[in-house]
Amino acid sequence: MIVEKIQTENMFLHYGSKMALNDISIRIPEKKVTAFIGPSGCGKSTFLRSLNRMNDLIDGVKIEGNILIDNINIYDKNIDVVTLRKKVGMEFQKSNPFAKSIYENVAYGPRINGVSDRKQLDEIVETALKNAAIWEEVKDRLGDSALGLSGGQQQRLCIARTLAVNPEIVLMDEPASALDPLSTAKIEELIVELKENYTIVIVTHNMQQAARISDLTAFFYLGELIEFDKTKKMFTNPNKKQTEDYITGRFG
Amino acid sequence: MTKDQKKKKKSEPTTATLIDITQKKFRWSDYIAEKVIKGVAFLSITIIVLIFIFVFRESLPIFASQKASIQAKAIDSTAEVQETYGEVTDQPAVEETQETYGEVKDTASQSSTDKESYNVSAGSGFDDNQSALKTILTKDWVPVSEKPRYGILSLIIGTFKITIISLLFAAPLAILAALYTASFASKRMKEIIKPTIELLAGFPSVVIGFFALMVLATFLQNVFHYDTRLNSFVGGIAMGIAAIPIIFTITEDALTAVPKSFYEASLALGASKWQTAFFVILPAATPGIFAAVLLGIGRVFGETMIALMATGNAAQMGLNPFESVRTLAATIGAEMAEVVFGDTHYNVLFLIGSLLFIFTFVINAIAEFYVKGKLMKKIQGK
Repeated sequence: MIVEKIQTENMFLHYGSKMALNDISIRIPEKKVTAFIGPSGCGKSTFLRSLNRMNDLIDGVKIEGNILIDNINIYDKNIDVVTLRKKVGMEFQKSNPFAKSIYENVAYGPRINGVSDRKQLDEIVETALKNAAIWEEVKDRLGDSALGLSGGQQQRLCIARTLAVNPEIVLMDEPASALDPLSTAKIEELIVELKENYTIVIVTHNMQQAARISDLTAFFYLGELIEFDKTKKMFTNPNKKQTEDYITGRFG
Repeated sequence: MTKDQKKKKKSEPTTATLIDITQKKFRWSDYIAEKVIKGVAFLSITIIVLIFIFVFRESLPIFASQKASIQAKAIDSTAEVQETYGEVTDQPAVEETQETYGEVKDTASQSSTDKESYNVSAGSGFDDNQSALKTILTKDWVPVSEKPRYGILSLIIGTFKITIISLLFAAPLAILAALYTASFASKRMKEIIKPTIELLAGFPSVVIGFFALMVLATFLQNVFHYDTRLNSFVGGIAMGIAAIPIIFTITEDALTAVPKSFYEASLALGASKWQTAFFVILPAATPGIFAAVLLGIGRVFGETMIALMATGNAAQMGLNPFESVRTLAATIGAEMAEVVFGDTHYNVLFLIGSLLFIFTFVINAIAEFYVKGKLMKKIQGK
């Protein structure tokens, strides 16, 4: 049985007077990997960022329609945005570890949530790093600066940082776009592992990546959701001509 | 190589000749620009070094030669000993009871009486440099008297006292204001706040000193009910006012330069704006903030006008912030114009100048090599 985690109904998003998302209705199931594909500027990142209200930081963004997470409208007036972002974590395109030690990076989230017991923190950090498949590489140098890690390690560290606050949903905005193939493979492997416990939504420009790791794929084009289906079907027998053209590389 | 050439030929079939890169060309404009910039850079460094050498050289006779004292003796032969100036510097005794504007004016009129002070400083020539050197590490600063004493300890203590007070006042205010401006203020608010405070950086210190002397001193005395009206507390606050714009501006720049991705990452982890500002943005900007505070220290350290006007100018050793103090810079500012050229007093003033330079240098060096390295390691885990 498929449980819906995220659901939008007739959602519109404007940057000032420019419409960025046009009438998006989508149902994203729990504990699956859902990939968003589409050419640059099609609104997929914008859509992703509105799922944990990161768009609030940008001036002039107006959102209409409903975005429901666990059947609660996250744009409701009495929603606590800070708690929402704990529930819906996010990875960014460029890995962005803080200028702190590896340990402090991961411990930051639990700390601001009030965990101060050193032993408990140690445990959380270790679990998170293990879940992000980076523990073996950094366990002997937790006190070193996170900025000294390689790009792929930094990105996995960021994933560990997100996991440390124990979210339910992890949004990933092209997490592997700046990485070499080996690091990418590691991240992909990790994503597939993570879906056992987390609902994952990933934006990617890499068609093969979407095909490899996602259960469902959504194709965005010019701010509209063109098609949303099981990945297998999308890549073998899409309903829409546009989807087929994009996936086979005929445009975009 | 040949392949490249072929390629080039193919891509540009219209150009008959290949671009020749084997011939080194001499570019006049580049050469001149480079030399001019180099010259200017060296000139400015040389000037600073020469100034220091001059200041240091003038203070040397205290340690070594007798020349200065002989000179002073020669001048002295006609001079009469009169101990008026000494009383002014001895003022604490008077000040402790009650101070009014009248007395401050008195100081001014006394020191501006050129002839008198000339005579008096010449009198100090009796003393030979060796005994002057002996008194340097004492607490009495009585440069003009029958038995002049040049104890600069009280001046050093006074300077540090003022610096600490003003930093305790200015640094938190300036850093928090910068944090607000950088992380919380709306764009429009920021556009108003930043230029306004930066404008204050160009505020003449004599005006701040005047304000401190007339308004701040009275106000603070009414609030805290201490005895001496002009003291290191008033002076420190006034100098803090002068240092705030400097610390604010540089701190704000440092905070704004923190990558936006830090901010986003922290918010995405469920941190509030305040948590993000305090635990992510502020630590990331530490090197810049450190530089800002150092510049603030530099400003306070060398500040002369405010020190002259608002600190009471009495050389005292105590650690009580509500006592009058005399700073190194203010001592030079007040006495250099009236001192006899080549006299011991003159040399000691130059020694104070060298000390000011050395202290600033040491503070900067400590910051650069020790604190910066350790601090960074601790905060950033590098």
